[in-house]
Amino acid sequence: MDERLATILARHAEREGPLLPILHDVQAAFGCVSPQVQQAVAQALNLSRAEVHGVVSFYHDFTEEADPRPCIQLCRAEACQARGVEALVAQAEELAGNKIRIATVYCLGLCSVGPAARVVNGLVGEQLQARLDAKKLAQVMVNL
Amino acid sequence: MTDPRTIRISDDSLALALGADALAQAFADAGCVVERNSSWGMHWLEPLVEVDGVGYGPATLEDVAAILDGTSALSIGVIAEHPFIKPQQRLTFARAGKTRPLSLSDYEASGGWSGLRRAQAMSGDQVIAEVLQSGLRGRGGAGFPAGIKWNTVAKAAASRKYVVCNADEGDSGTFADRMLMEGDPFQLIEGLAIAAHAVGAQTAYIYTRSEYPHAIAKLRAAIELAAEIIAPLHMEVRVGAGAYVCGEETSLLNSIEGKRGVVRAKPPLPALEGLFGCPTVVNNVLTIAAIPHILSEGGAAEYAALGVDRSLGTKPIQLAGNIKHGGLYETAFGISLHDLVYTVGGGTASGRPVKAVQVGGPLGAYLTPEQFDLPFDYEAYARADALIGHGGVVVWDDTADMGALARFAMEFCAAESCGKCTPCRLGSTRGVELIDRLREGRSGVDAVSALPQMHNARKSPRQREEDIALLEDLCETMKFGSLCALGGFAPYPVLSALKNWPEDFTGGDRS
Repeated sequence: MDERLATILARHAEREGPLLPILHDVQAAFGCVSPQVQQAVAQALNLSRAEVHGVVSFYHDFTEEADPRPCIQLCRAEACQARGVEALVAQAEELAGNKIRIATVYCLGLCSVGPAARVVNGLVGEQLQARLDAKKLAQVMVNL
Repeated sequence: MTDPRTIRISDDSLALALGADALAQAFADAGCVVERNSSWGMHWLEPLVEVDGVGYGPATLEDVAAILDGTSALSIGVIAEHPFIKPQQRLTFARAGKTRPLSLSDYEASGGWSGLRRAQAMSGDQVIAEVLQSGLRGRGGAGFPAGIKWNTVAKAAASRKYVVCNADEGDSGTFADRMLMEGDPFQLIEGLAIAAHAVGAQTAYIYTRSEYPHAIAKLRAAIELAAEIIAPLHMEVRVGAGAYVCGEETSLLNSIEGKRGVVRAKPPLPALEGLFGCPTVVNNVLTIAAIPHILSEGGAAEYAALGVDRSLGTKPIQLAGNIKHGGLYETAFGISLHDLVYTVGGGTASGRPVKAVQVGGPLGAYLTPEQFDLPFDYEAYARADALIGHGGVVVWDDTADMGALARFAMEFCAAESCGKCTPCRLGSTRGVELIDRLREGRSGVDAVSALPQMHNARKSPRQREEDIALLEDLCETMKFGSLCALGGFAPYPVLSALKNWPEDFTGGDRS
């Protein structure tokens, strides 16, 4: 077994209901939860592979394949819609091309200062952005 | 030489999203002592800089020098006297803007732990009696009396019991849970410790969203700092994984157990068979956070004296969307939407007329300005076919397309449905199709109905009135046939939009 995975499994060994904490750590360490890792996790927790796969596929945060591109999670829930996020979507997609992944989230809890986004980039870590307009969005994306 | 000046800037993630860290660094570079406190909740002014009680905002790096020499035009005067802050009745958010979130000494100095100490000297039954006396109802949306739920768990015979804090604040337009977790985490911890003492639980979980990394970090740090105070109670933060439905209490419990976040049928109630099959209190962040105040000396009576009818105490209301003065406004129940949107909120941010207000998140009804005299009260909203939910108020100006928003409600429900019950899983998709049909003015028999194996489907075209009746019928089925509030409440925004703005549901040839 991969050493990183063994460390993760050991870290959560004493927990009640350890599956989600393990999957979060796996997703963070490997960038995805691959079918091979799912099998190893299932074996370690005495679960069936189907049970683990069922959980991985249920939650939006877990992916089976890694995507190393920087990502902009644009909030498109009601409050950000009311503040004009939809007008920014086309621009974001155009600027992103294939280099940046544009994802949709429903609510970052910044509903009074939208449109809001979370930028996830391996180099700068995570960063929140609010009061986005065309100019500010372009600035954020150029710096990725 | 004079002492360095103390500057206060929030470290709430909303302030961080608007550049508070860089601003704090700039003041530190200018020789100031910078304290990072919680947010006052005046979000249109963030990042807000506080110098000797006077506020300046929204501040940028260019404003640093002017703020320090007192010539900045951004001054809003003394923050505590500001017209947005002064009329509020802040009990749950009493410390907002005033303390450093992770400072145990700030917490203690502002009355922290007094509720817990008092509760620990009482029996569980006495604590529950005070919670009942306060009239506190679940702040998550359903409004169930907290004391009755606690009593059920306390009376259940079991060796293992749990307290779970539902901090899965997924509703758009709500951020009070996030602000409380980031700004006053010890208060939540104290409330949970009191709840655990009252019902006899050994373990408390706080389940929050992965979209709230700052809240997670603050809570984990705070739990570590407070470990000795709350011992032997074990407390842990659990993080969701991007599923909106996990805000529903039974899918939340499944998620903590490491399962798919699928809704459970009730009964059995979680109070009797909850987490890992044990009796479990599940309460929202704001419910739990109200507890320390209620358990402080005379707190329950003070709480019960506020509010109207059966909605007692205060409600932290969140003003969001297209509103000029957005932020957190905690006040006693009974305030009207008119006061919230115009007097407190200052109307729309765009300056255009208000078209609609959605109260209660993505599953709440859209209200028109004609309904603005509605008092903030669980029962009054229920009578108007609306809901208070978690107290989020999202404002829209006259450019809003209510048909598109109704469609979005169904689309969101389809995307986030856990799939367990048919009305929600299929009804939401059929709802999107029906709204599209109405808005595109399509007539004729749709492709599926025309299939030869659809023996019971009507083969003659449906008229617009029939499509509307079908949509209403579908909403009725979802409302009464769904297992939880996701499918059960999605019809609220749809039907209210259809009723109040039918002109937004027309289009194509048929209109």
